[in-house]
Amino acid sequence: MVRFENVGLRYGMGAEILRDISFEIEPHSFQFLTGPSGAGKTTLLRLILLSLKPTRGLITLFDADAAHLSKDMITDLRRRIGVVFQDFRLLDHLTTYENVALPLRVQGRAEFSYRAEVVELLRWVGLGDHMHVLPPVLSGGEKQRAAIARALIVRPELLLADEPTGNVDPTLARRLLRLFAELHKSGTAVVIATHDLALMDQFESARRLVLGDNRLHIYE
Amino acid sequence: MLAQSERHQNFDPLEDEEELDLRAEQPLVPAASISGRALITVVAIMTFLASLTAGTAMLVGSAAQGWRGAVSREMTIQVMPVAGHDLEADVANAVAAARGIQGIADVYAYTKEQSEQLLQPWLGTGLDLSALPVPRLIVVKLKRDARLDTDTLRKAVTDKVPDAMIDDHRLWLERLSIMAETVVAIATVIFILVMIAMVLAVGFATRGAMAGNREIIEVLHLVGAADGYISRQFQRHFFRLGLRGGVIGGGAAIVVFLFADSLSLLLRATAGGDEMQAMFGSFALSAKGYGAIVLIACTMGFFTGIVSRTIVFRHLRGLT
Repeated sequence: MVRFENVGLRYGMGAEILRDISFEIEPHSFQFLTGPSGAGKTTLLRLILLSLKPTRGLITLFDADAAHLSKDMITDLRRRIGVVFQDFRLLDHLTTYENVALPLRVQGRAEFSYRAEVVELLRWVGLGDHMHVLPPVLSGGEKQRAAIARALIVRPELLLADEPTGNVDPTLARRLLRLFAELHKSGTAVVIATHDLALMDQFESARRLVLGDNRLHIYE
Repeated sequence: MLAQSERHQNFDPLEDEEELDLRAEQPLVPAASISGRALITVVAIMTFLASLTAGTAMLVGSAAQGWRGAVSREMTIQVMPVAGHDLEADVANAVAAARGIQGIADVYAYTKEQSEQLLQPWLGTGLDLSALPVPRLIVVKLKRDARLDTDTLRKAVTDKVPDAMIDDHRLWLERLSIMAETVVAIATVIFILVMIAMVLAVGFATRGAMAGNREIIEVLHLVGAADGYISRQFQRHFFRLGLRGGVIGGGAAIVVFLFADSLSLLLRATAGGDEMQAMFGSFALSAKGYGAIVLIACTMGFFTGIVSRTIVFRHLRGLT
């Protein structure tokens, strides 16, 4: 599904912030991406999402060499990936419902065709009562759940979540983790970037990708 | 993906039959924003100025055309009083000679009283001018599209009245043409400068308004929107903003021209009004003039739309 071979990244003429990164993400797999703050977790997720270009190495996404993809092809691949951003990235002028429906709307789907789906998902993540609320009114945890719902609405083959439990209490963090686990059971490959050890301990069977010293260490 | 029953177990589902009160689909670019309002204001002001300049240039152009047309279709025969000659007979002969020439629409001789009245602004009223050798004027009006040979007219008139002089206003006409062309050229240059200023101001204002929307572009990009889809959203939004500003500015300019036209009609009977009328003709802008204002307003809409589209594409090129 995703393969990195000797990928390196540097900004400008600076030193490499990621060096010789090689790993593979299998379909239906579950992994945590961890490491200290500033280790490059978000950067690595952006490389997977193809929103950053590596300075060297080979990235293969859904069997396509990322170096030879046109913008339209990247857009098509991106539609198969759900992303939960660390800073949520909800649009403040759209309601929770409209934010969650956004990935379907930009694909040109008519509103009536996805309404039931979005409402069901919103209820499932506990935002059924907040469908018509604008993001500035939501709490951190509610924003987090809305961001997760937006990532899930496209039924992605790969889910990338950047610190998805960073703004929620431990109880909600457990519920969200259960949500990711359910998603994984239904066939989605999941990558969760976190430095929350307690969270990772709840899912001990998951593979751990640990970033440190600009390199990636894998613990199966 | 997930079984519905499972979802309902985990969280508190609402009743299925509950009615959803969803609002109409909102534009992806926020409809109202401070920068958007600033852009509308800039476009309105610039459209107003450009429309005023264009309208004024057209008014001056058509007035100058009117002056030239009126003067070039008219000639004056001056019959000087000569001792031993019957002035009235000379005038009648000159009129008859002029009427016999092809291409002449009308010949009108000023009477003695009318000729003396022409001197009143300089000499005042109540004077006995009979002792003064006041020349008599004959106004010759040419047919609209006729080409008149001035020498033929001159020969025909001077054969009958040797002391008559014909003034075809050529010198005056040349000066008037130069002045009119200069005025129109200056108005055109001012219009071009205003248009350039407008394009720059609207371009910068659109960029400013777009700067606040970068986050939206990035989010749309990352949730899988195609570049064309994103640019269309912004182009549509900014086209509407530009058009709204254009309609406000163009509408205000149209109101100003209509008001000036009404005012000139009201003042027509006054001395100042007559002077204005003589200089500028009527302030009535032609249909072409109003069409130009509408065109400027619409162009502003298209221009802001295109600028926003260019900025979006440029920003998207920076994103991978």
